[in-house]
Amino acid sequence: MNPQNADLRNANPRSGLHVAFDGITKDFGAVRVLHGVGFDLHPGRVHGLLGENGAGKSTLMKILAGYHAPTAGTIRIDGQPTRFAGSRDAEERGIVLIHQELNLADDLTVAQNMFLGHELRRGWLLDDRAMRVQAAQALRQVGFDGDPDTKVRDLIVAEKQLVEIAKAQLRHARLLIMDEPTASLTPSECERLFGLIARLRDDGVTIVYISHKLDEVERITDEVIVMRDGRFVARAPTAETSRRRMATLMVGRELTDMFPEKRTVPPSATPLMAVRDVTVPGWAEGVSFDLHPGEILGFAGLVGAGRTELFEGILGLRPRSAGRIELNGKAVRLRTPREAMRHGLTYLSEDRKGKGLHTSMRLRDNLTLMTLRHHAHPLLSHASEDAALARAVTAFGIRGDPGGTAASLSGGNQQKLAIAKFLEPDPRVFVLDEPTRGVDVGAKRDIYFLIERLAAERRGVIVISSELIELIGLCHRVIVMRGRRVTATLPADRLSEEELIAHAIGTHTRH
Amino acid sequence: MPSAPTPATEVRTDAAAAPRKASRRFDPHRFGPLLGLALLLVVGTALNPDFATWDNLMNVLTRTAFIGIISIGMCFVIISGGIDLSVGSMAALIAGGMILVMNALAGSIASPVAVVAIGMVFAVTLGGGFGLMHGYLITRGRIEPFIVTLGTLGIFRAVLTWLADGGAITLDNSLSDAYGPVYYASLLGIPIPVWVFILAAVAGAVLLNRTPFGRYVQAIGSNEQVARFAAVDVDGVKLLTYGLLGVCVGIATLLYVPRLGSASPTTGLLWELEAIAAVIVGGTSFKGGEGRIAGTIIGAVLLSVISNILNLTSIISVYLNAAVQGCVIIAVAFLQRRRP
Ligand SMILES: Nc1ncnc2c1ncn2[C@@H]1O[C@H](COP(=O)(O)OP(=O)(O)OP(=O)(O)O)[C@@H](O)[C@H]1O
Ligand SMILES: [Mg+2]
Repeated sequence: MNPQNADLRNANPRSGLHVAFDGITKDFGAVRVLHGVGFDLHPGRVHGLLGENGAGKSTLMKILAGYHAPTAGTIRIDGQPTRFAGSRDAEERGIVLIHQELNLADDLTVAQNMFLGHELRRGWLLDDRAMRVQAAQALRQVGFDGDPDTKVRDLIVAEKQLVEIAKAQLRHARLLIMDEPTASLTPSECERLFGLIARLRDDGVTIVYISHKLDEVERITDEVIVMRDGRFVARAPTAETSRRRMATLMVGRELTDMFPEKRTVPPSATPLMAVRDVTVPGWAEGVSFDLHPGEILGFAGLVGAGRTELFEGILGLRPRSAGRIELNGKAVRLRTPREAMRHGLTYLSEDRKGKGLHTSMRLRDNLTLMTLRHHAHPLLSHASEDAALARAVTAFGIRGDPGGTAASLSGGNQQKLAIAKFLEPDPRVFVLDEPTRGVDVGAKRDIYFLIERLAAERRGVIVISSELIELIGLCHRVIVMRGRRVTATLPADRLSEEELIAHAIGTHTRH
Repeated sequence: MPSAPTPATEVRTDAAAAPRKASRRFDPHRFGPLLGLALLLVVGTALNPDFATWDNLMNVLTRTAFIGIISIGMCFVIISGGIDLSVGSMAALIAGGMILVMNALAGSIASPVAVVAIGMVFAVTLGGGFGLMHGYLITRGRIEPFIVTLGTLGIFRAVLTWLADGGAITLDNSLSDAYGPVYYASLLGIPIPVWVFILAAVAGAVLLNRTPFGRYVQAIGSNEQVARFAAVDVDGVKLLTYGLLGVCVGIATLLYVPRLGSASPTTGLLWELEAIAAVIVGGTSFKGGEGRIAGTIIGAVLLSVISNILNLTSIISVYLNAAVQGCVIIAVAFLQRRRP
């Protein structure tokens, strides 16, 4: 389809929308986050929207989808200046946004969530059967094989992500905006999503794809649009833009090596942490591993392999039926995260909004929550807490209003705040679950160097990640889990994508 | 509409150095109840010259003290995401229990002051014990707070009615003189209950805003799961909020008993609703997570000023007191509603 020809728009009800942003400006209180942004989106194309954390990508897309009103500027849809009263209004026009942060009601079932606000009826009553059938169909398309009657609460993060995508499918989008949809998906699920995107594109749907994973952007987008500091910076056909060039445009300067140089781990007599035959019923069976001072240990595996649940079990957040945990050579009983913290172990969850940060609380209150006693003598000293925040803001490069709530930070900056929070207790063993989810290239690099710095201080760092490149670039050893069990432990010199994938999906043949 | 040109001189959003002004805008949650109270004071003064007298003001504050002290404890429970429906019944049972204990001791201990002191300690301990029991059932027993306290609401009052044999439990005459001043005496022109109310309010505000415990309470109410992952002892903190509320009920009761010198099945009736209303009118979110002691105090005072004005004037029948309070509660909630 000719992208320039918006007149074809009515030929097919499913055909995409042509969008022209013109001088879009957005203020939140005294802070201006968008400064007169202008560019076009064309039907039948996949637009990769790139930019650092806080560049304003999500904000611009929320304006397009009717969640925010612009402070100034116009959006033309198929040539018509348009102002939406709300997101429903935009959905009527076929504009669907899949949010960066998951937006599902935990206590409703998958099917109920997918039809929330758009329930099918038969007369006065809800037509549950039809909804279930349609939901199941949409779910299959995105590769979710579970039961549509499952409560969302019982899903893991990746499954929730798939439900969001399937939900958008049901709305018959003519303009589909995906804000970091693959943040928590594993390669095979991503593949299925990419297939879906290609089909939609071929149907003529306009697609905006926001992601910090440049390899994906390179693969599936037709064109990249780059924003920086709330402004439009550049657009270019993807085929003519290297990843390096994308990164440079986003950050505004050349980025040198993504990963720090790998140190050799100094030998140590006793491991910092030793886990023996730990079983978390339903999630992990007989897992054993050692973590040495100064080591970065990776955990690879497909979604559902039980990595997150294993560590929630170690922390005492899930029942553990067997096994032994030693920290610093001493057997410890960990029944709550509090006991784990006292023994020098903290865990940053992959579920930032649900388990990592209090989004409605201020930055300061989030940061110091784990170490309030250090700021209480005996009354809390706000000055001392503010000083801690100022230190964290500088050390981690957190950008945003320091007096605002965590929700007002962009996704990547929330992640930095979360890392800072779980480092406040100064743990000897730090477990990071998907530490760079939703984090821009520049910040990703910062986080990698930070992890290396923590390890160089002879801490043990465990990184659970679905990004193989990250595990390969960063870790001294990687443990692969499949179907609740450890299937391999690979030393640094045997780390490759092929090897990791083979162990994770079970196609590895022993030699 | 033409696009707004972007002036070249525009300030860059340097987020790290972003002004903190944005978060200090006028906040209706904070000032709504205060404005409401100010308005009522003006109306009261205009309607009846007796309203703005020191005596009347102290009278209102003394009457507010009981509900006010309870609502301070209730504020913690609600911010943590819980609720306690039993406080009125609990007050009745504590009142009955402490009178029985004091009457029993009056024969064996010579000094009435000592007897009264023991009675007061008993009241506070019993309240704290009831509260901890609630907390234990809610955290370890994993029963919804609404259900647990709905149950004890019935239990407490029934036990009192049984103890009183359907009538009243009356304080021994020999103790009235020693106990009376706790309610009737003044210090520097301010009645004792009002002093206690002020102390409880200050202590409550400090506890909520300036101690780790207070921060934990807010964190749990805001998102229990996140708090748990952040190594907060969620069960322990919740247990303490209910214990604290129980202690507040004990204190309120020990101030209240000398006023009538008896406890009956109607003692403390509907106090739970007034206490909850004070907290909500004061701007604390029923969903938990955020709330203010100052707002709660204002809420409590506001509600009793309404009934005082109705008592002093004849425009609206006193019988409609609860109706007017109800209207105010709904109006305040309307003004404080969050935009979706
Ligand atoms: N509701 C809000 N109130 C105040 N500031 C906000 C709000 N929402 C976003 N911001 C600010 O606007 C800026 C842009 O945020 P936005 O979420 O659009 O960034 P982004 O480009 O999507 O970043 P990321 O890649 O991290 O998701 C950030 O500085 C953020 O702090
Ligand atoms: Mg974003």
